[in-house]
Amino acid sequence: MSLALEQLLNGLQFGVMIFLLAAGLTLVFGIMGVINLAHGSIYMLGAYVAASTASKGAPFIVAVAAGAAAAALAGLVVELVVIRRLYVRDHLDQVLATFALILIANDGVSMAWGKTPLNMTMPPALAGAVSLGGLTYPTYRLVLIAAGIAVAIGLYFLIARSRLGMLIRAGATHRETVAALGVDITRLNTIVFTLGALLAGVAGALLAPILAVQVGMGEQILILTFVAIVVGGLGSIRGAFVGALLVGLVDTLGRAYIPVLLKPVARPEIADSLGGGLSAIAIYVLMAVVLVWKPRGLFPAGTR
Amino acid sequence: MLAALLHQPFWVNACTRILIYALVAVSLDLIVGYGGMVSFGHAAYFAAGGYTVAVLAQHGVDAALIAWPIAMLVAGALAAIVGALSLRTSGIFFIMITLAFAQMVFFALVAVKAWGGNDGLPLDARGVLPIVDLRDPNVLYAVCLALLVAFVVVSAQLVESRFGIVLRGARRSERRLLALGFPTFRYKLVAFVIAGAGAGLAGALWAEYARFVSPDMASWSRSGEFLVMVILGGIGTLAGAVYGAAVLLGLESLLAGFTEHWMLPLGLILLAVVLFAKRGLYGWLAGTNDG
Repeated sequence: MSLALEQLLNGLQFGVMIFLLAAGLTLVFGIMGVINLAHGSIYMLGAYVAASTASKGAPFIVAVAAGAAAAALAGLVVELVVIRRLYVRDHLDQVLATFALILIANDGVSMAWGKTPLNMTMPPALAGAVSLGGLTYPTYRLVLIAAGIAVAIGLYFLIARSRLGMLIRAGATHRETVAALGVDITRLNTIVFTLGALLAGVAGALLAPILAVQVGMGEQILILTFVAIVVGGLGSIRGAFVGALLVGLVDTLGRAYIPVLLKPVARPEIADSLGGGLSAIAIYVLMAVVLVWKPRGLFPAGTR
Repeated sequence: MLAALLHQPFWVNACTRILIYALVAVSLDLIVGYGGMVSFGHAAYFAAGGYTVAVLAQHGVDAALIAWPIAMLVAGALAAIVGALSLRTSGIFFIMITLAFAQMVFFALVAVKAWGGNDGLPLDARGVLPIVDLRDPNVLYAVCLALLVAFVVVSAQLVESRFGIVLRGARRSERRLLALGFPTFRYKLVAFVIAGAGAGLAGALWAEYARFVSPDMASWSRSGEFLVMVILGGIGTLAGAVYGAAVLLGLESLLAGFTEHWMLPLGLILLAVVLFAKRGLYGWLAGTNDG
């Protein structure tokens, strides 16, 4: 039972971190209509800057802030120089251009920090474990869950209760009207993109102590993020939250339990490799099932 | 010039690689450029073809005239299944679903230990063709060239045929074609399968060339690479895809000779091409660079 709780919490933690990435990605795609493959690279930059700042002796909070700031800055620059020119282009060109950004970012990072993965030590205050009804669970992961939920709540208030949020919501479904009403759509786009980049950087910085900070970490999580926003529905934060949690839970629980479930029905060596394969594709099966049921995702922008 | 190159195995091998990738790129251009279907999972069929040849070789079948058509059939069948399910969607959803299926193929290949899993599957020897000896790099080069030319010719005929016109019409306005009574789904599916078979043939050739197949033949970065070749060369031009493959592979080798960080200048070049040369290299070379 405590194993199930542990996996559940792991899935939740994974899910909220994906949410930080998914929120920015879904807004950029939903409002600006731009597919941004380089979102994972911004996340990676946040992780690298945070890890390297921490290794120079800075306290944890400072390192995280540095990572987030670096990511936001990178996002701003990328938006001004590249993304801005992609709004009018078709998805194909956006894919190629942002793919090119991935190449640039990966090499840029390995030139700046070398090829060996970086490590970020967990802050001692958060490195312990908490007892939850028979299960000892790492404190840090609980902190991540809390942070993710806090961001979700903060984003909810931003989107639902502020003028900027109103513009974002309007822009997601009626882009031309918003522009016609005199809103500076260019500045709105820049703000949205930079906000997304900031969140991605926070995710990278927060995950740095428990993951290997290396080139290519962005691509791994990017696919999961895309699946999350497609499942959740493009353009909506609520969709991103639900989609991200689903992806996090399905992936984690799948990896934990599918091999186990196969053991009674298949030979051990087959169960192992088949289980590994099946759990890896679990989230794609999830996406296929959701799209068959709701072709535009669970909560696409514009639904109430 | 070719004669001089033919005596240097290094160049012959490099050109053979380009020819094989060009075949995949042309097959992808068929569906992306003419059919308007942006598939981010084309590498799956490349891998399917390659693995078919490798697994057949593992079981003693080394006659290329048997193995290669079977590879095309397997890849085409896979494309038929994926296409039947994916073509119900469009736009970003189509991109994501094709990506998802390719990921499934990738993870399946990693999972099956009998086929080498993550370590890949080597082939003991090249396939056997009547009359010619594939072990000679020049011969393999010539065979790849012949097959590429054949595929380009067939594709060119296809896009100008009634089938092709319907396909291209569907890309511009599916509603119009449907109103005219054409079952566009069927046309797109057939095109998707042909493209898959083409990629499968290329995969088979790769298995012969490298005498090795591995799951990363189906990776999403491989699919991305193929898309880059098509877009770089200019979508919807067929010949452009060949240029795209040549340029991308050429750039990669060239830059890798200068620095181990060759991805950076490559990325910059790609970015410049996308932002400033809208019709790709083909359009640029043809003299219509409209920035």
